[in-house]
Amino acid sequence: MKRRLIFAGVGGQGVLTEANILAKAFLAAGEKALTSEVHGMAQRGGSVVCTVCAGDVHSPLIADGSADAIISMEPVEALRYIKKLKEDGIVITDINPVIPPNVSLGESTYPDLGEVFNELSSRSKLIKIDALDIAKRAGNAITKNIVMLGALAGINILVIDKEKILQVVRENVPDKYVEMNERAFDMGYEAVKKFID
Amino acid sequence: MDVLSTKDKALLLGNEAIVRGAIEAGIDVATTYPGTPSSEIADTFSKIARYYKSKGQEPGFYFQYSTNEKVAVEVAAAAAVSGLRALTCMKHVGLNVASDAFMTYMYVGCKGGHIIVTADDPSCHSSQNEQDNRYYAKFGNAPMLEPSNPHEAKEMVIEAFEISEELSLPILFRMTTRTSHIRGPVELGKINLKKKRGKFEKNPLMVTVPEVARKLHPVLLEKMERAERISEKSKFNFVEELGDKTGIITSGAPYNYVKEVVQELGIKCRILKLGMTNPMPRKMCIDFLKECDRVIVVEELEPFLEEQLKAMAYEEGIDTKIYGKGYGELSRLYEYDMDIVESTLRKFFGLKEKKEIKEPSVHAPPRPPVMCPGCPHRATYYAIKQVAPEGTIYPTDIGCYTLGKAPPLEMADFLLCMGSNVGTACGFSYATDQKVISFMGDSTFFHAGLPGIVNAVHHNHDCVIAVLDNRTTAMTGHQPHPGTEYDGMGNEAIMLKVEDVVKGLGVQHIEVVNPNNLKKTMEAFKRALNYKGTSVVVSKAPCALILPKSVTEGSFEIDQEKCTKCNVCIEKFGCPAFYRDGDQIKIDETLCNGCGVCTQVCEANAIRRRKK
Repeated sequence: MKRRLIFAGVGGQGVLTEANILAKAFLAAGEKALTSEVHGMAQRGGSVVCTVCAGDVHSPLIADGSADAIISMEPVEALRYIKKLKEDGIVITDINPVIPPNVSLGESTYPDLGEVFNELSSRSKLIKIDALDIAKRAGNAITKNIVMLGALAGINILVIDKEKILQVVRENVPDKYVEMNERAFDMGYEAVKKFID
Repeated sequence: MDVLSTKDKALLLGNEAIVRGAIEAGIDVATTYPGTPSSEIADTFSKIARYYKSKGQEPGFYFQYSTNEKVAVEVAAAAAVSGLRALTCMKHVGLNVASDAFMTYMYVGCKGGHIIVTADDPSCHSSQNEQDNRYYAKFGNAPMLEPSNPHEAKEMVIEAFEISEELSLPILFRMTTRTSHIRGPVELGKINLKKKRGKFEKNPLMVTVPEVARKLHPVLLEKMERAERISEKSKFNFVEELGDKTGIITSGAPYNYVKEVVQELGIKCRILKLGMTNPMPRKMCIDFLKECDRVIVVEELEPFLEEQLKAMAYEEGIDTKIYGKGYGELSRLYEYDMDIVESTLRKFFGLKEKKEIKEPSVHAPPRPPVMCPGCPHRATYYAIKQVAPEGTIYPTDIGCYTLGKAPPLEMADFLLCMGSNVGTACGFSYATDQKVISFMGDSTFFHAGLPGIVNAVHHNHDCVIAVLDNRTTAMTGHQPHPGTEYDGMGNEAIMLKVEDVVKGLGVQHIEVVNPNNLKKTMEAFKRALNYKGTSVVVSKAPCALILPKSVTEGSFEIDQEKCTKCNVCIEKFGCPAFYRDGDQIKIDETLCNGCGVCTQVCEANAIRRRKK
């Protein structure tokens, strides 16, 4: 078994937490897991990517064309790593753009969202969800990373039990937020069910 | 806390695994100056100390964020020569700062084991250069270990203490971003923390006057000969026979990519994996070279192993061809990844090239790091821009404020290293007729700012030195420093005020301002610019990320009726919480940190606090 996943987003959205929870869940399920992340520079606002490789793997980094899925908290961040995705790979992305300041300044342009989704769906099985809205309904926008993790669990490619992941979620959030995060996870999990064959 | 897990296995960051190794090995003293990608090593020691303290227990070791890397090595060296086990960690350029102590420390040696961790940063993810610190091991004659994954890092730390004590020699422990910042399973041993006291036994051979140094140098070379014998037998240097006589020699992070590619493509080869890379296991390398028809060396940055292997082959008359830098995609630049290693090994082993994956037809805009919404540095920069004359030179320093380089602020003109803002400000003030305002943070001020300020005052250089005091070491993850109320163990500490220190240094014109009050900040900088000589303005306001939620939660919004679309908020102030939505300007409520400085920037008074 090998699984190679890319978690993408913007600094401050909780990408590293999301990836770590999954890696720990793999380990709890008896699988080897490796992650790679880059810290530092901007505490907030920069592009953030974290990889999770599980099973019989040695490298935490992923070659072009070999990721099973990209889980992105922001549409163009999914696009940024699309070369990493294997041919029949899956992209799960939140639909809410975060506009970089250089776009507001007119130094670069944020592509039309329709075109972004067309490009993504031409190269992957694309699953779009309004994770921000789901997170707010679960109790707080900050749980968006857990919504995305629930969505990933919902597409049944992880070969680990949903409950295993949920258990690690519980262990990794403050006690008073456990219920809210459970709700976020379940709502993300349910949101992708309609995309599953 | 995973690093204190009592289970038999845990998922740890490479940097956490180093700490786990140290606490299993009975660490006594750990010191650091934080720097990415090393910071989590020290932060984990700090967390453990505070965790035990919160439970009313003695941590069993001493930890400190020292003022800089040189001081950190010195503090730990004194503990190690007194027989305690010590670890000092820093980023690669930190070893430049510590190098004065490091080089002579190798002559003197230690008694308790001492590990000096250098975390290199190929690709400069968060650094000003990508120097290859393996050369420090050669330069200083330090035995060196380089792990490839977190489990190996933990095991190597335990072994490194043993080697250090066997040789009475500090060990250089080299990490890179992709070994420090990968997580992987680590098999855990027993935590062995117990407070011990050292004893310093006097010995005239520890006073490195010339006569002593001349005696110590041959001793050091003899220790390195013994180190080579250790390297020959080290379990961290090994050969993997995978079916053919074509060899790959590798170490550190690239080993992971080599293993994965070899497995994925079913390549038949032999791999020499080196974990102890100084001294290299000469006999092992020679035997390996002799038994291969060709060899490729896969190492990041400089040809450190490659050149030594070629020298060995020459000396031994081995004609096995050795490939390395310049072959395939193997460059001296930047970190390696799966694609670089795969394409190179495909070529080396005569496999057909991988099918190219086409670029997307729609492009993601760049998303470089930016100063956070609510960052007090933005306010300082904005205020200065309103009062400083055209052509003012802005030497800057290492920290979040380098992010002021980006438009629209563009408030960074020259940067070398920690503390360089003041030294270069002195030079610019002499060499040009331009005004000079230099920037450094509070932690940088204590790290390397003081000597430059003394120089400026003594020579009466006409420059404004702005100390951007955000009450923390922000960029590396909010560590304390000599200007904060607590130390790394969570104990109350004597807080040094920047303004008091610069007064002691002889600065005559000193002002302290809250940058979030733009008008007062502008006035302060105007006065400083008019002052002939060295002036210091301490721009003091806490980093937006250390403020309590109750302060930052109140988000602001734009009254669209009042907004004149003058764009000052976006095009001059540049807070990333502002964005354009059609022809309207809006504030992203999830990004806004509620500083409210934008209300002073907006001449139309269109920005107001959002109603809850």
